Amino acid sequence: MFPALTLTVLIAIAPTVYTIALSFFSTKAGPGLLGTRTEVFVGFGNFVRVIENQEFWNGMARMLLYGVIMAPITICLGLLFALLVDSGTSRLSKFSRVVIFLPYAVPGVLSAIMWGFLYLPGVSPIVAGFKAVGLPAPDLFSDSLIYSSLANIGIWGAVGFNMVIMYTALKSIPSELIDAARLDGCSGLQVALRIKLPMIAPAVSLTSMFVLIGALQVYSEPQTMRPLSNTVTPTFMPMMTVYNQAFSQQDLHGAAATALVIVFITVTLSAGVFFGLARGRRNR
Amino acid sequence: MRYLPAFILIVGSVYALFPILWLAVASTKTPGQLFTTPTLLPSLTGGFQQNIRYLFSLDGGVFRQWAASSLLYAVGGGVVSALVSTMAGYGLAKYRFRGRGITTGSLLAGIFVPGVMLAIPQFLLFSRVGLTNTYWSVLIPSTLSPLGVFLAMIYAQASIPDDILEAGRIDGANEFRIFFQIGLPAMMPGIITVFLLQFVHIWNNFLLPYIMLADSSKFPITVGLYSLLNRGGTEPALYNLAITGALVSIIPLGMIVFVLQRYWKADLLSGSLKG
Repeated sequence: MFPALTLTVLIAIAPTVYTIALSFFSTKAGPGLLGTRTEVFVGFGNFVRVIENQEFWNGMARMLLYGVIMAPITICLGLLFALLVDSGTSRLSKFSRVVIFLPYAVPGVLSAIMWGFLYLPGVSPIVAGFKAVGLPAPDLFSDSLIYSSLANIGIWGAVGFNMVIMYTALKSIPSELIDAARLDGCSGLQVALRIKLPMIAPAVSLTSMFVLIGALQVYSEPQTMRPLSNTVTPTFMPMMTVYNQAFSQQDLHGAAATALVIVFITVTLSAGVFFGLARGRRNR
Repeated sequence: MRYLPAFILIVGSVYALFPILWLAVASTKTPGQLFTTPTLLPSLTGGFQQNIRYLFSLDGGVFRQWAASSLLYAVGGGVVSALVSTMAGYGLAKYRFRGRGITTGSLLAGIFVPGVMLAIPQFLLFSRVGLTNTYWSVLIPSTLSPLGVFLAMIYAQASIPDDILEAGRIDGANEFRIFFQIGLPAMMPGIITVFLLQFVHIWNNFLLPYIMLADSSKFPITVGLYSLLNRGGTEPALYNLAITGALVSIIPLGMIVFVLQRYWKADLLSGSLKG
């Protein structure tokens, strides 16, 4: 077992340690015509640069806007579908459960390609639909709508996964509880809100966390949108800034520092959400 | 009002399927027809066959290589990571050793770390060793999954009573035998779950192979289609190929997931919360 553990730890720890090390250094061109680049210890200099980088914070703000739209809708829809599928026993429930899960299997890049074309004016059925009714077609790539458009892609892909987790949690609720409530005269809605929801609270916290982490690291979808729209800049989301710094600007040290700042924010936020929810449950 | 739940589910199902159906319709159109014909109407003039032929013959059949690469990464990475996670999870669950708490703790913390963030330093480390742009550069990092180890650990705790292990030790079996003949079979559903999760995750992964690989022959489908889309800006005909390629990739993946999701033990995830 120890070889496996060591392997796991190594593959995870080594890059992390290296990133941390990288972030404390910078390269400086040496003196002379053929100045060789040497690595110089700059302490927290790179981190200061990250914090001073306006574009980084712009990306963070954009990512938050994306997350605020995407996360609650994903969780609520997942919960809604899970509850509905749990209450029904018809073929429709089984069918929906499988079908709504399918988008999870689609890679983010492919989702973005599909939805990208579904937004693209020449091809989009959405745009066509608006025009058919005589309304002005929305520009789904505009500065204002791009967040909803991107959020939609994220929601489409994530709802099914969250639905399955919550559905499984619902299935583990003893049916006697539900039956007793029904005998007492509770409607389906009351059963859902008063009994089922509190009993699957841990599952809801877990999925919320996954969705949150996913939103904070969003990368593939906006990156894939870039060939289709100028609204998405190379540093549109924080992770894209990291990639941009590392490969377009050849600034690996800055990229390392930026990545670490993102991780720090991710861990803090997720831990905050998780423990906040846990404490809320314990106090009940 | 009675039909509201059914209605919502139908809307949800349509929402889930609609883009894929559109993709199927769009892939029947030739480059000329993509922007000119009504978008929801399939073209029956043989555009689909043309797109398929073009897709598979592009750049000397590179699409087939992309598909093979995706399969290699996802199956290879998935199997190895399922095994590694299982062993690690079993070890964490069933053995007491110094530093166990810290290891478990850092493992949990590892779940929060974006895989994306590991990709860049992994790239740098691999380039020092000269391993970038190889199949290994994607396979090796793909074997790591803190979530997989965590799930395996939970499952091991839940499904293997310590007494059985004790009995095995009393009978004189060594630890490896105990693991392979008692632990492993007991954990099988959990192993399949971890494999499935990793398979889907690796198949869908974009950033890691994008950073590591320069040879288009080694691209997985995700990176390959992205490169098509990129070139589509100057060669609009490639848009059709990106669309057709996306369809061809989604259909088999959808079928695999559809079939395998029976074995999906999502209660593994929910069960871990009771702890």
